[in-house]
Amino acid sequence: MRAIMKRELAAAFRGMTGYLFSAFLLLFAGIYTMAYNLSGVYANFEYVLDAIAFLYLIEVPILTMRQLAEEKRQKTDLLLYSLPIRLSDVVLGKYLAMLAVLLAPCAVLALYPLLLTRFGAVPLATAYGALAGFYLLGACLLSVGLFISSLTESQVASAVLTLAALLILYFMSALASFVPAEAFASLIALIALVALFAFALYRLSRNPIVAIGAGLLGAGGLCAWYAADSAAFAGLFGRIMEQLSVFERFYGFVDGVFDLTSVVYDLSIIGVFLFLTVQSLEKRRWSE
Amino acid sequence: MIEVSHLTKRYGAHVAVSDLSFTIEKGGITGFLGPNGAGKSTTMNMIAGCLGPSEGTVRVGGFDVLGEPMKAREKIGYLPELPPLYADMTPREYLNFVAQARRVPRAKLAQETERAMERTRLCDVADRLIANLSKGYRQRVGIAQALLGDPEVVLLDEPTVGLDPQQIIEIRELIRDLGREHTVLLSSHILSEVQVVCDRIIILARGKLAASDTAEHLEALLSGGAPVRVLLRADETAAREALEGLAQVESASFSPEGDGCTRVELTPESGADVREAIFYRCAETRTPILEMGQSRASLEDVFLELTADDPGARGDSYDGDSHDGTPGDGRPGDRTPEGEKPEEAPPEETEVIL
Repeated sequence: MRAIMKRELAAAFRGMTGYLFSAFLLLFAGIYTMAYNLSGVYANFEYVLDAIAFLYLIEVPILTMRQLAEEKRQKTDLLLYSLPIRLSDVVLGKYLAMLAVLLAPCAVLALYPLLLTRFGAVPLATAYGALAGFYLLGACLLSVGLFISSLTESQVASAVLTLAALLILYFMSALASFVPAEAFASLIALIALVALFAFALYRLSRNPIVAIGAGLLGAGGLCAWYAADSAAFAGLFGRIMEQLSVFERFYGFVDGVFDLTSVVYDLSIIGVFLFLTVQSLEKRRWSE
Repeated sequence: MIEVSHLTKRYGAHVAVSDLSFTIEKGGITGFLGPNGAGKSTTMNMIAGCLGPSEGTVRVGGFDVLGEPMKAREKIGYLPELPPLYADMTPREYLNFVAQARRVPRAKLAQETERAMERTRLCDVADRLIANLSKGYRQRVGIAQALLGDPEVVLLDEPTVGLDPQQIIEIRELIRDLGREHTVLLSSHILSEVQVVCDRIIILARGKLAASDTAEHLEALLSGGAPVRVLLRADETAAREALEGLAQVESASFSPEGDGCTRVELTPESGADVREAIFYRCAETRTPILEMGQSRASLEDVFLELTADDPGARGDSYDGDSHDGTPGDGRPGDRTPEGEKPEEAPPEETEVIL
C-alpha cells in the first residue's frame, strides 16, 4: 500500500496536477478571503470555505479521472493485478495519495484564520471546524471520483461522469425542494430507487433471482409501511435527499455546528465508495 | 512448478482457452507456441493471476493462484504482452516501486534494482524518463520488472516483439541466462525463437493443447517415420523383387515411371533407418539406385500441422509423455527435403511468422 501511495504522490507532484490542484484552490481562496474578510471585514473565515466549496466540482474530477481509468488504458493494471498486493491496498494507496494532495492546500488555508487574527477577533473554533468539514467534503467527493474512474478506461468519460455525479450532489438539496411533498409521490420515488438498486445488483451479481428478490422485498416493505403509516411518507423523499447531500452536511460545519453524525456519514460514504472501487477492480479481473 | 489443470476461459460465447492442462517442471525454459489468437496471452494472464478462469485451476509452486494469491504471486514475475510501464517515471524509480510492491526488504531495495538493471543492461538509461525510451529499452524495463524479488517463475509474453535483430539476440541471451536459475515460460508466435531458446515446447492451437514435448522429440516424432523415396532403374516386378519384404519397413508402394524406372516409397517403422538396408539389397540384386532421399520433418511442419485450421486434420492432441500411436498419418505430402536442421539456427533465418 505504501509503495502505491508513494508512487501516486510522486506522480501527482511530478506533473502539474498536484500543483494546479493547490494553486487553483488557493487562488480562489485568496480572492474570497480578500473580498469577504479583508474588504468586507467579516471575521468569519468559514464564509470563504463556503464560497469555494463549488471548486471541488472542477478539482475533484481533475484529480480522480486519471487514477484507475489510465491504468486500464495503458494496461498497467496488469502489473497491479500480478503484484503480490491486495486490490484493497491498491485502492487505499491511491486514495491516501489523493488525500495527501488535498491536504497541501488545506494546510495553507489553515494559516489564513491565524493571519486574520492580526486584524481582530476571529472565531477560530468555527473556522477550523469548517476547514475540517471542507476537507471531509473533499475526501468524500474524491472517493466518489475514484469509484467512477474505476468504471471506465477513458479519462474524459471518467471526468465527465464524475462532474455529473458531483453536480447532482451539489444541487441535491436544491432539487429536494422541488420534489412533490405528497406521501404517494414519495412512495413512487422510493420504489423507483429500489428498482434502480435491484438493477444495479443484477448487473453486479448477474443473478436475476437475488436481484428480483431484493427488489420485491424492498418494494413490498415500502408498500407495507405506506399502508401502515402513510403520513410518514409526506415529504420523505425530499428529506432523504437533503440528508444524503454531502454539501448540505458541509454547510452544517460552516454554520458552526461540528456534527459528529455528519463526520460518521462522510466516513461511511468514503468507506462505501472505496469498497465499490475494490469490487469494480476485482470484477475486471473476472470479465475483462 | 506450474500446474495448469482443465483451464477454460470463455468470453461470452467465444471460448478463448478450452480445457487446457499441462505441467511445467522446475527450471529450464518452456516455449509457449501458437498462432495469433490461440489463447497464449489469455493463458499467461490466468497463470499470473491477472485474469480469473471460467473453469479449472492454476497452481504455481504448489499455491493455487486464486486460493492463495499472495503466496503464488510472490513466486511469479510477469511481463505482459504490453510492458506495464508508467511513462512518467524513470526506470530506476519504476523498478524501485515494483520492488517495494514485491516486498523486497528496504535495505536490499537499491541493490535489487541495480541487479535487475545490470542483467537487462539498463544502467545507461536508468535516469531517463520511460516515456522517452525506445521500444527495445521499454521491453527491457518490462523484463527487469519481472526479475525483481527473484521470483521462481518468470512469465514472458512475447518478449521480443518489435525489437530489432540485435536486440532480439540480446534478449534471447538474457532469457537463456534466466533459464539457469528460474523457471521461464516464454510465449511466442515465432517458431525459430522458441526452437533456439526453449528446452521444452507447448503448442497451443485454438485454445487447446496441440503438443507438449522437447523440440527434438517433436521433430523426431515425424522424421522417424518419414518415408524413404527411391528411384530404381528396374521395372515394377524387378523393383518389387528387390525391395519387398525388407525388415523394419511398414509399407511400400511401387509406381512405374518412364525409361524403365520405378519410384518406390518405403515407410519405415518409427525410429528405424532403412536406407543402408535398401542400398545393400539393391546391390545384391544388382538393381541400380538412381535417387534416394528421405524427407525429414522440421519443427515448422509439426507446428503447421498441429495448428492447421482444419480441426479434423489430426486426431487427438499429441502429448510427448505418452509415446504411442504412429504419427505421420494424414500429413501434408509436401515436405522440406533432406537436410539437417541446424541446432542453433541464427535468429534472423527461417523466421516463420504465423
